[in-house]
Formats: sequence, structure tokens, C-alpha cells
Amino acid sequence: MTGGELSLIPEAYFVGLRQTGTMAGARDSLLESRHPVAGSVCFEGLGKTYVSSAGPVTALAEIELEIPAGTIFGIIGRSGAGKSSLLRTINRLEQPSQGRVLVDGQDIGQLDENGLVALRRRIGMIFQHFNLLSAKTVFDNVALPLRVAGVAEARVYQRVHELLELVGLQGKESTYPGRLSGGQKQRVGIARALVHHPEILLCDEATSALDPETTQSILALLRDINRQLGLTVVLITHEMGVIREICDRVLVLEQGRIAESGPVWEVFGDPRHDATRALLRPIEHDLPADLLHRLSSRAPEAGPCQRVLELVYTGRGRIEPDLDRIAGVLGGPVRLLHGGVDRIQGHTHGRMLIATTAQGPTASVLVEQQLCHQAKELGYVADHV
Amino acid sequence: MSPIMYERLWEALLDTLLMVCASGLIALVAGIPLAVLLVLTAPGGVLQAPRFNRVAGGIVNAFRATPFIVLLVALIPLTRFITGTTIGIWAAVVPLSISATPFFARIAEVSLREVEPGLIEAAQAMGCRRWHVVRHVLLPEALPGIIGGFTITLVSMIGASAMAGAVGAGGLGDLAIRYGYQRFDTTVMVAVIVVLVALVSLVQFTGDFWVRRLRAR
Repeated sequence: MTGGELSLIPEAYFVGLRQTGTMAGARDSLLESRHPVAGSVCFEGLGKTYVSSAGPVTALAEIELEIPAGTIFGIIGRSGAGKSSLLRTINRLEQPSQGRVLVDGQDIGQLDENGLVALRRRIGMIFQHFNLLSAKTVFDNVALPLRVAGVAEARVYQRVHELLELVGLQGKESTYPGRLSGGQKQRVGIARALVHHPEILLCDEATSALDPETTQSILALLRDINRQLGLTVVLITHEMGVIREICDRVLVLEQGRIAESGPVWEVFGDPRHDATRALLRPIEHDLPADLLHRLSSRAPEAGPCQRVLELVYTGRGRIEPDLDRIAGVLGGPVRLLHGGVDRIQGHTHGRMLIATTAQGPTASVLVEQQLCHQAKELGYVADHV
Repeated sequence: MSPIMYERLWEALLDTLLMVCASGLIALVAGIPLAVLLVLTAPGGVLQAPRFNRVAGGIVNAFRATPFIVLLVALIPLTRFITGTTIGIWAAVVPLSISATPFFARIAEVSLREVEPGLIEAAQAMGCRRWHVVRHVLLPEALPGIIGGFTITLVSMIGASAMAGAVGAGGLGDLAIRYGYQRFDTTVMVAVIVVLVALVSLVQFTGDFWVRRLRAR
């Protein structure tokens, strides 16, 4: 299934939204303007310390962060960086040791049990291993959050069918989760998470157990949900591709602390922290080994040779890899050896290695001429590269 | 075997069935809540109460440690208080239930504990209260294991009920002891064994069938 097929959320969903009691008015305007009015999260000096047999362990420390309503917010970090703990403080599955979490300006640490149950109904959550109840059918799994909230059975029936249509699982109502594929299970998980019209959707490694194709379709579904329902999506992942694919903003966690955060193009284009660089390495283009062996820092005494330059694009401004102009500035033909660029949110970022026979101006001229953000002379290679 | 022996055998079977069914039902009704309580109050459970958990666990262990034949005698005052008599079928039902309940509760506890913590977390995240977690997640997910455990409990109760003759409760075991052992009537002994094997097989087969059926979903 491709993203395109999923982009139409049935009208029934919106009809459903309008019928939800006291919040109906607010949600109407939400849908018409497509500008979310609710679903912001704010962390103030958040910290979490576990007591283990080896003494206290700091899972999170000094987290100051705001997640604007309606964004798709990615949290990345190595395993054990505290991603999961941070995500779970938003619906208080995890109790912070210090600081506060505000959802729509409300301190959720102050909520009593009824308040907490109400909060959790405004926050959907999906999981890496889906966490569907094996003893219940697809229908009963999706219906459960409504049933425990005491919603009338006729309404449950209608709502569950809307949701199953939204995630593309019509006709699977009476199937047990054990008979579904991973992608279908996650769709059930998404339907279950959305059944209460939440403002926020928490995704805990939601695509990590899925194959690349299914991952794409689930991401497309999440993006559609975000765009059409104005839902805030907070997702944690260790897959850089997921962040690049759908996130607006990203937070890099390292040992429980914020390494850096900002718009995805900025963080990915110009990573400032070692942790970010380490995470990005798998999708970066490094120097190929064969080239590395033959590079020398000085031009050979005799015979033809080529200069190898590295150009870096961070995504800032409107600078793009215009090969024609680069060749013009350098004064000779230019060949692209390795690397490439990506467009993220309209910003071009990446790294390229180019070779040229021209022995003209140094690489720094390219930066002056606004043809790249950083340029470096890597060296010379004798004869053909 | 004379016709009167067949009649005795039939009556003994009915007595055994009555004892096992009555105390099995009590063990089921009392054991599941006890098991749920043990799981919920355990460290990390949704209703943490370590001290209560330790006390309840200790009581369960104490009953499990006492051999049934000793329990049968030791509980005589309680049996008299509850049933008004210390002999007969109902006098045996009291100690049988009291011995089977902790046994079953421990087995059910293991099944409940094996329910994936992620499912409980998911239930809490969707706004389930503790009672909903028990009702919709713990019990249905652990059901195959609980049924398997109840099968084991019933089989071991059929065995324990053979000792009920000590309080004059009758039943198959009592028949075998009195006729087969004390009167050297090997035929009765063999007949009782055949009936017991058939009974246990039937219970085990039925239990296994339901476990398989539920697991196949």
C-alpha cells in the first residue's frame, strides 16, 4: 500500500469529530483552519533518576523543551539515551523525579487519578511491538478505549468502523491480531490510539519492527493524520530516515541530556554535537577507500593529475550545488566523484566530492562565491580517478 | 464384581465428583482473586504493596507446605465451625478447598505474571483504570494458562480426595483402601484405578482442548 492511497481520510472521520460533546466547538475550528489549538507539550527542568542496585542512575537531566502543537517532533539518540523515558513522561507512564511536564499549559504532575485517565484519553500512543491484546479481535482492540470510558455501544460500533476505514483495515474486524502482518498490527495500534480524538500521538519506535516498505506506508499514514487532523505527533526512533522523512523538528538526546534540537534541516545539515554526527554517519557519504589510498597532499611532479575537493551543504540560505558555475569558478571541467545532496523541508544539504583538472583558484573561492557552505582541498590523485 | 460392588463403585465415583467439583469451584472463585492480588501488589505491579504481598505470599506458602492428610486433621475445628460436622463429604470439602486454593492461586499467578508488561502499559496509556487492566488485559490474556493451571489443580484434587476417607467422606480412594487393601479384593482395587485413570484423562483432555483452542487465536 502506498502513501497516496491513504491520503484521503474519509469524511466520516470528521463527522465523528464534530459529535464529541463539549470539545466539539474547539475541534470544528481546528479542522477548518487546520491550525491546531491544542496539543502542545512543554518540559521544564525535567529530570529522572532511577535507583538501581549499583546506585542512582540518571536517565534524564535538565530537559527544557517545547513541542509546539501540530508539529511532528522527532526524538533521536543512541539506545539508552533516555528517549523512551522522555516520551513516557508526556502521559505519565513515567514519573519524573524533578521538573514539570505541561500539556497545553497544564501541569500533569498535579493530576489525580481521574485527571490522569482523562489526560491519557487525550494522548494516543503506539508501540514498537504494537501491544495489541491477543485475546481480542481487531474490532474489540480498537473498541476497548471507548468501552472502558463508558461510551454507548452503538457509538463504539460507528467510531471503530470509521477508524478501521481510516487506517485501511475494513473487513478485518473479527480477525485476531495473531493473524495480521506487522504493518496491519501497527495500523490497528494507530486506530486504537486515535479512537478518543487525541490531540497528541506518541510513537515509541513505531516503525522499528517493520520492513522498509511497510515503514514507508506507516509514516505516510502518520503524516496524513498529522496534516488532516492537526495532531501533534511525538516520535522516538533510531532510524535517521524516519526523522528526515516526516519530522518538522528534531531533538537529539545524549545520556539523558539535550545534545541539540531544532528544525530537521538545520540539525541534519549542520550537526553541532558529536552525538548527532555519530547518529548521522550511516546516512553520510564518507570518502571511498580506494580514493583514500591514492590521495596525496601534494601534486605529483610529473604527469597529469586531478584535484579532489569536498563541498559541504548545510541547508542554510539558498545555496545549491550548481555544478556548471562551480566549473566556471574553478576554470575547468568538474566531475562528481561521490556523495550527494538531500532536500529536507526545502533546504539542500549534503556532501559531495568533486574532481577537477583545473589548477586554478583554491576551494575557498567557492565559499566566497556562495556555491557551497564549506569547501576543503582533500588532495591530489595522479592520472585518472 | 457383584452388582452391589458396581453400585458401591458408582456411589464412590459420585462422592469423588461431588467433593472435587465443590472444592474445585471454591478454589476457582477464591484462587483467581488471590492470584490477581498477588500479581497486582508485587513490586512493580499496578497496585504495589510489598508488605501485603509478602504476608499473603507467606500464608499461601504455609498452606502449600502442609501435606493434605495433615491439613485434613489440623483443620477439624474450622471444618466443624463451617459445616457443623467433622465427617462426611462436606467435612472433606473444607480442607480440600483450603488446600487447593493456594495451589491454584500460585499457578494462576505465574500465568498472570507472564502477561507482557507492554500490554498493561498500553492499557494504561489508553486510559484504563486498574480494574479495567485486570478485567480486559490480565485475565483474558492469561486465560489459557489459567485454564491449564486449573486442570492441574483438578487432577491433584482428585488425588487428594482419596485421603478424604480419613474423615469418612467416602469416594473412590476410600473404596480402594477399604475393599482393595483391607479386604484384599484386588478386583475392586483395579476397578477403582481404571475409573480414576479414566476420570483424570477426561479432565486433562478437556483442559488441553480449551487451552489449545484459546492459544490458536
